[in-house]
Amino acid sequence: MAALKPSRRIHDLFTVNPHATLQLGLWVALSIVMMTVDHRYHALDGARDVLATAIYPVHYLARLPSDLQNWLSENLAGRAALLQENTRLREKQVFLNVQLQKLTTLEAENRRLRSLLESAVNTPERVLIAELLTVDFDPYRHHILLNRGRQHGVYVGQPALDQQGVIGQIIRADPFTATAILITDPNHALPIQINRTGARTLALGTGHFQELELPHIPNNEDVKVGDVLVTSGMGGRFPRGYPVGTVTKVEFDPGSPFAHIVAKPVAQLDRIREVLLLENVPDAPAPDAPALPGGVAAPKRP
Amino acid sequence: MNTVRPTGGWVIAASFLLAFVAASIPLPGELDRFRPDWVAMVLIYWCMVLPYRIGIGTSWLVGLVVDVGRGALLGQHALAFAALAYLTVQTHRRIRVFSPWRQTFSVLVFLLIKQFLVFWISGVIGYPPRDGWYLAPAVGGMIAWPLLFVILRDVRRHFQVT
Repeated sequence: MAALKPSRRIHDLFTVNPHATLQLGLWVALSIVMMTVDHRYHALDGARDVLATAIYPVHYLARLPSDLQNWLSENLAGRAALLQENTRLREKQVFLNVQLQKLTTLEAENRRLRSLLESAVNTPERVLIAELLTVDFDPYRHHILLNRGRQHGVYVGQPALDQQGVIGQIIRADPFTATAILITDPNHALPIQINRTGARTLALGTGHFQELELPHIPNNEDVKVGDVLVTSGMGGRFPRGYPVGTVTKVEFDPGSPFAHIVAKPVAQLDRIREVLLLENVPDAPAPDAPALPGGVAAPKRP
Repeated sequence: MNTVRPTGGWVIAASFLLAFVAASIPLPGELDRFRPDWVAMVLIYWCMVLPYRIGIGTSWLVGLVVDVGRGALLGQHALAFAALAYLTVQTHRRIRVFSPWRQTFSVLVFLLIKQFLVFWISGVIGYPPRDGWYLAPAVGGMIAWPLLFVILRDVRRHFQVT
């Protein structure tokens, strides 16, 4: 074989790539230009679309092992286990149906009251279910890739929830996939409200799946461990009243004007499998919105 | 690339495809922090044994695909992979004949540099690493290297990839 291609052998031994350093410089320069353009001007979204569509089958392949495992465990589950699960689910459905009846009445009443107040009426929300494809490899950046894209009606800024509460929002929608940023990403801030008192603030991501930070709450504000946080609807991205987290730590530092408050997201952000994408016209909160239904009325402050 | 003489291009392509798939499968529990960057390791292998086929340009393209797949900045992994390929191609004569231990250690160093580059760019755009855990995949890669090396070597010999 070596005799067939002497040029290759000699080439290999002495000069595999005499211009390697120059080549590296060119590729690095190209990368830097591309990153700048991508980051500052988002001018490469078209190219990204094409590439993202091209590698979609790879994501599909990557999911095969876990899909297979799920399929096996579902299909090989014992009859008794299935029956038991069935009973449990049926009980839960009855329970949820009862709650739903109450909710329908409340919703009708709410709409009537809102129309009396001449404030914006909630439009019914449509929900799209997406599944998780991959989690970002960068452990400090909480982005997830979903298996629904523009073709399915996903758009940038769409709120994402799971069964428990808010998980994040869509930051990029490719034709068949979409990237969502989680509320715990260090670059994410979510307008929230403390359900019990109605106090508004932001929930900042910290980079930990179990932690949100609540800045700008004065030391004399009424906040307790266990308080439920809901979306406030400010900013217009998220509809109002979805659960976000619970307060886990309140520290009053006399030396600083604001309290140090930490909350834990209600959604299990590190074990997301399915995501609900809301499609709605967010309602702007009334200027002097009182405490939300379900919470205790706001205490009268002097 | 598709001249007559080089053979087994599909084997290389398939190895990268498998690496993509493997890279997106999480490891159980805390072990996941050490999940090796399989694509980078497969890249090191091919750059080491076939430097005239898989060089800086190919690696850059592979990195670009990784960028799209992971939703990173376009060019982030491309840059890191090009640098990785450069290091490997420039040293391939030596690391090819290193003892397994020394070769594994070289791979660790290359992977550390790659991780550093990727996270350095992340830091520039506002996601600085908070602790040293971002280097853990390089350690995982070092542990997995001997196995990967043996597998890829046997595959290469079996399909006579030149």
